[in-house]
Amino acid sequence: MKSLSALLPYLRKYRKKIFIGYLFILLHLGLISIYPLIIGDAMDKITNGIYGTPIYLDIAYALGLTVIGGFFLFLTRQNIIVMSREIENDLRFDFFSHLQTLSKSFFNKNSTGDLMARATSDINNIRNFVGPGIMYSLQTSTRLTITLIILFNINSFVTLVALIPLPIITILVYKIGKFTFKRSLKVQESFSEMTAKVQESFSGIRVIKTFIREKYEFSEFDNISKDNFQKNLNLAKIQSFSFPMMFLLTGISIILVIYFGGIKVMEGQMTYGNISEFIIYIGHLTWPMIAFGWIINLFQRASPSMGRLLEIINATPEIKDNVDTDLKISDKNLKGEILFDNVSFKYPGSDKYILKNINLKIKNGSTLGILGQTGAGKSSLINLLPRIFDTEEGNIFIDGINIKKIPIKVLREIIGIVPQESFLFSNTIEKNIAYSDDIPNSGEVLVAAQSAGLYKDVINFPYRFHTILGERGITLSGGQKQRTSLARALYKKPEILILDDSLSAVDTKTEEEILNELKLIMKDRTNIIISHRISTIKNANNIIVLKDGEISEQGTHNELISKNGFYFDLYQKQLLEDEISNS
Amino acid sequence: MAESGKQQIQEEAIDKKLDKNLLKRLLSYFKPYKKYIIFATILTITVSALAAVRPYLTPIAIDDKIMNNDINGLQFIIIILLSTLIVQGIVQYGLGYLTAWIGQKIIYDLRKKIYEHILRLDLKFFDKNPIGRLVTRATSDVEVLYEVFSSGIVTAFGDIFTLIWIVTFMFILDWQLALVTLAVLPVLIYGTSIFRNKVRDSYRRIRILIAKINSYVQEHITGISVVQMFNKEKKTVEDFEKINRQHTEQNKKSIFYYAVFFPFVELIGAVSVGLIIWYGGGQTVQGAIEIGVLISFIQYTEMFFRPIRDLSEKYNILQTAMASSERIFEILDQTSPVKDVANPVKLVDFKGKVEFKNVNFSYSEDNPVLRNVNLKINPGEKVAFVGATGAGKSTILNLMERFYDVDSGEILMDDVNIKNLRQEDLRKHIATVLQDVYLFSGTIKSNITLGDENISDEIIYTAIENVGLMPFINSLEKGILHPVNERGTMLSTGQKQLISFARALVYDPEILMLDEATSSVDTHTEILIQKAINKLIDNRTSIIIAHRLSTIQKCDKIIVMHKGEIKEAGTHQELLNLGGLYYKLYELQYKNETV
Repeated sequence: MKSLSALLPYLRKYRKKIFIGYLFILLHLGLISIYPLIIGDAMDKITNGIYGTPIYLDIAYALGLTVIGGFFLFLTRQNIIVMSREIENDLRFDFFSHLQTLSKSFFNKNSTGDLMARATSDINNIRNFVGPGIMYSLQTSTRLTITLIILFNINSFVTLVALIPLPIITILVYKIGKFTFKRSLKVQESFSEMTAKVQESFSGIRVIKTFIREKYEFSEFDNISKDNFQKNLNLAKIQSFSFPMMFLLTGISIILVIYFGGIKVMEGQMTYGNISEFIIYIGHLTWPMIAFGWIINLFQRASPSMGRLLEIINATPEIKDNVDTDLKISDKNLKGEILFDNVSFKYPGSDKYILKNINLKIKNGSTLGILGQTGAGKSSLINLLPRIFDTEEGNIFIDGINIKKIPIKVLREIIGIVPQESFLFSNTIEKNIAYSDDIPNSGEVLVAAQSAGLYKDVINFPYRFHTILGERGITLSGGQKQRTSLARALYKKPEILILDDSLSAVDTKTEEEILNELKLIMKDRTNIIISHRISTIKNANNIIVLKDGEISEQGTHNELISKNGFYFDLYQKQLLEDEISNS
Repeated sequence: MAESGKQQIQEEAIDKKLDKNLLKRLLSYFKPYKKYIIFATILTITVSALAAVRPYLTPIAIDDKIMNNDINGLQFIIIILLSTLIVQGIVQYGLGYLTAWIGQKIIYDLRKKIYEHILRLDLKFFDKNPIGRLVTRATSDVEVLYEVFSSGIVTAFGDIFTLIWIVTFMFILDWQLALVTLAVLPVLIYGTSIFRNKVRDSYRRIRILIAKINSYVQEHITGISVVQMFNKEKKTVEDFEKINRQHTEQNKKSIFYYAVFFPFVELIGAVSVGLIIWYGGGQTVQGAIEIGVLISFIQYTEMFFRPIRDLSEKYNILQTAMASSERIFEILDQTSPVKDVANPVKLVDFKGKVEFKNVNFSYSEDNPVLRNVNLKINPGEKVAFVGATGAGKSTILNLMERFYDVDSGEILMDDVNIKNLRQEDLRKHIATVLQDVYLFSGTIKSNITLGDENISDEIIYTAIENVGLMPFINSLEKGILHPVNERGTMLSTGQKQLISFARALVYDPEILMLDEATSSVDTHTEILIQKAINKLIDNRTSIIIAHRLSTIQKCDKIIVMHKGEIKEAGTHQELLNLGGLYYKLYELQYKNETV
């Protein structure tokens, strides 16, 4: 219940629309209640043998009334339903823009499919409540009030008798509401689970096909889908209750009126006509009462959905600018000299240290090579720089400034990472390379593509740099993806350039070409290269070997060779392989 | 802007003639539940009959009993009224639950069908259709159909019955007045059809925009790191708002149509009443029609337009449903070009011989990837493919597993064209390890077995041992039951790679294919794996794609590919002696790693 109060700021934004909408509801209902009087008047005239102009006038009034009333109804919808779509728009906007601020660890915890379900089906539930829900509850309550006033004026005792079912309705509405809420939440959860499952199996289609696991996936999906079916049915058990219940209770009202009203008539305290009026008016209330049950239902469905949405909207970004941030720092002040001062790191929620006591200095214009076994902490080390993750132990400085003091925007501005797994957007190659710019600079795109060794591929694409990638366009090979991702980082001209094993899918010849091109670019930047190939990093000014999160060896290529450790070992192995193959 | 593949679903295509067929097809899903539908319809009629009893009894109670001071008679009538009311309530509850059951059941059936259908489609389909869009089809698009399949159809039946009922009574009462009253019908029908067309188009656009929103959101959740690293949060949100806004504006259009339509129906109703009073009133004054008939007609007219309004609300539901079902059927109508033949050949005692005969292939028409490839791999042979990126090496593997069909030429397994095999039988013999490892949420174990319960823990541990993953597993508190999240984001690339190795191992295939599988692993780990691989490929046909030539020198055959063609083939030594492409590649790598 509480969660829906979070809608108040949204509703407040459109309070004018709601107010105007309500005004039109009043006008519409007001006009509508005159309509039967006009028709009744016409019928009376006809009964008395009057015809001609007075009747034509009545008809004209009735039509005019309908046109004006209809116009008000039109305006009601144009205000209240439109308002609900605006709120839907706002909610989706807030949801999505907030997602953009959340940290990597959040996305590690929440599956894409689940987030998608919240963005679609949950927002839809809220929209249904805000639009039709609010409109019909305003209409219904207004109608109820008008009718009750009329009834009390006719006979207050019989009106009270007619209201006997009201407390029962209230209790039932409350009970049904509670159940609907719980069961809706379950439905939403199982829908989320299903979305996540579908998402995963479609993404992993290759694996499923290669290992012929289709049937297994079918049965897995079937279990989830059956569960969803059951949860929906449980909800339906409650929902099917509300409609007949409302019907029954208004029916009982009428019967009570007939009985007690009948006795009153027999006692001479009421007229025969009064009972008919009562029956007609209560009859008019039947539909609004049923609508009322429906509104409760919408409300109960919207409430858990809003809760689920709030879970995301209220999730605080773990990594963001705070009071310590020095907003005066801009990318112009920073050259990119990096210092790791006794840095240790473990992932949130884990107690295993990924990095231990890292001390490291990378001067501007120099290159650091990082070597190490799988899982040694290489990627974690560089992820700390742009603050994809934060560490509590030790400090990282850029040009002597603690990175936690640098505005995140500035920090990320000066860093260009080419990640291990390249992610490209389904957009043109040009837009992908010039991702850091809102309007691509074609000249710069060309230069970046050439430096990344991508140009010779692009000229073979059907629309060259305007070729769309991915789902709606062409599929790139692993190496092409990596080079596009490299070009994207180069285009940005970052002060700090980081290659996280980013040429692994590129063949040796191309790699050599790229490294040659990069020499010039790397000359006045701070560079970090992670690789498994000694050939990629041997020219670095400083090379570290990471082992179980610690720096086990450090030095230049020649120094490390002379140290006779892991590096030398690896070098020997790679050399040996070559020598064997040479013989 | 740019070209899109033929297979891409044409979201923008708007075809107006399809409605009837679409509806027919939608209704065909009711077939298995015909009996239940009939039962539900009977219940609907019962409910309306019970509801009709009360207006009949009420005047009796008032006119006969109250006016005659007959308290006992009144009590009797009250008891009858009450019991019909309770029976009606119970029947109505049953009806509500039954229709919900039918609706959910059909949704379940349909969802199962879509999911299984999509999973069976070929990879070309997946290349061209965003995952987000496909997910929408199987989840929310189906959800939209619920109302049609549950209350929608049954109450629509009820409404139509009511209309027929009313018209019949009107004609029985006074056919001339009935004709006058119904004179507004052509206007109503015309107006409704305009409204229908507008709303249908509008809904279609809305659905397209929703799909766009979903695939945008999906893409930017997946690529969130890139967005944040490039400080593009603001731009991303701005671009999102553009689509979001379009969606809202399109919705406003459909709100407008409804806002016009409802008053329109009310007006037509009022005109109808006006006609009754005008014509019927005249007749009454002349004594040709009784006043009671006039009152009945007015009541009937009011009753007549309520179902019309309801039906148009139903039409709203139906429209959304039609738009969704159109997209669903588009998917269901996608047939995979990769199909099993009617009488597949069974591979008995598969040896692992592979042959390519004049194979040509392209992913899209103007872009040939393989040109006239001929090759032969004998059982137990180890063959390596080398060549620059984009030379077509991975494509060879894709074609062998028949993820795609060749454009021309044929691929033979043990001398049988793979098109004559069941895909399942073909893939049973092959395991592939890709460079891009995909892990499912679950555990390490479930990612190795992929849910196959016939694979014992012993086999799993042997595989883990073989790929050198044992130290890692031992370091985990829960061992092989260590949870893995979606895409295995908490694991390193190397660990993921090793898990995918173990996965291939437990399936113990006749043919093993490694696609650049070792390039993400450091040299140390690679040597470990290389050892395991050497053991593993010992008694099976193995195909290896690698950039590092050092890893493949011992292969029986090395095939050098260049721009989709086989340029050289032979052993390491033969190729070196040849002094061609391979020699150049080798020289380069050798030089790189020793200087």
